[in-house]
Amino acid sequence: MSASNRYSTTAILLHWLMALLIFTTFPLGLYMVDLPLSPDKLKLYSYHKWIGVTVFLLIAIRLAWRATHTPPPLPDGIVVWQRRASRIAHGLLYVLMIAIPLSGWLMSSAKGFQTVWFGVLPLPDLLDRNRELGDLLAGVHKALNFSLLALVILHVGAALKHHFIERQPFLQRMGWSRKERT
Amino acid sequence: MKLNAMIVLAALATPMAHAVEYRTVLPKQSAVQFEFRQMGVPVKGHFKRFATEMAFDPAKPEAARARIEIDLASIDAGSAEADEESAGKLWFNRSVYPKAVFVSSAVRALGNNRFELRGTLTLKGTTRDMTIPVSYTPGANAATFDGGFALRRLDFGIGEGMWTDVSAVANEVQVKFRIAATGN
Repeated sequence: MSASNRYSTTAILLHWLMALLIFTTFPLGLYMVDLPLSPDKLKLYSYHKWIGVTVFLLIAIRLAWRATHTPPPLPDGIVVWQRRASRIAHGLLYVLMIAIPLSGWLMSSAKGFQTVWFGVLPLPDLLDRNRELGDLLAGVHKALNFSLLALVILHVGAALKHHFIERQPFLQRMGWSRKERT
Repeated sequence: MKLNAMIVLAALATPMAHAVEYRTVLPKQSAVQFEFRQMGVPVKGHFKRFATEMAFDPAKPEAARARIEIDLASIDAGSAEADEESAGKLWFNRSVYPKAVFVSSAVRALGNNRFELRGTLTLKGTTRDMTIPVSYTPGANAATFDGGFALRRLDFGIGEGMWTDVSAVANEVQVKFRIAATGN
């Protein structure tokens, strides 16, 4: 396949690294919140927050990359409304990948637990301690995450549909080589 | 004549000011706070209710005494979940040991309004000797006494079982207090 049909190697690496981190920290978040308080719970919360900060950092790099590079064009045969929907969905994915770690950071500040990346690098508290605001932000964080889940299902579903049902060379764009898959 | 009178007044006023013995504690201007590290993250807490009995005469600091009784149910340990957890058997075991008590035994002047307060701290049925540096700040209405010390929670069995894991909750707890008192 020609190079112009693929994202750059950097973009592909960032995409899959973030996918791995998000697919780790999302179920971790769901699991940890209902645990009774224990040292393990405190550890899992920290890991969740460290991964979240990493995602936040990577999304900044990714946006900078995106701003300076043109993504490969969508394959021919994708209708106009789908092209529009794709643009909107990708825009929302970026928005959520920024908003979710940010809401987590704000929630931690409001709850009075500073975020210290890998237990080493303290992030400034953006809000003063306020239990009510902390609970509110927890709800926001959760709602944003379920929005992301819905969008990721749409994103993965659309990619698979175009690739396997409509037989368009799709997954190659994000790293699959044509030899392995078709 | 006028100047002489002022000198006499000043001479009289100085020993009088020193003769004040601070005994009446002002709870609203007093505080007992603590800070510990949880997964490397500093977490602050405090106790809302504590009773202090004290007597301190700056002219006779070695005769000073203090007793502080902290109501452990008044804890703010950083979150509602932690407040609740702290009451349990693994932590304060509050239904059996509802209070932390410090009783002074000796006070030594270190100069510059700094003192060394010795005494015992009883927490969860364990009594240990403590040496606490305290600084004294005279004020127009009330004097304040600021002190602090590091406490190793495991010395008192605070956090048993799984909570002896100090990689999650550090052993060392920094305790700080401020007691405001008047001489009335």
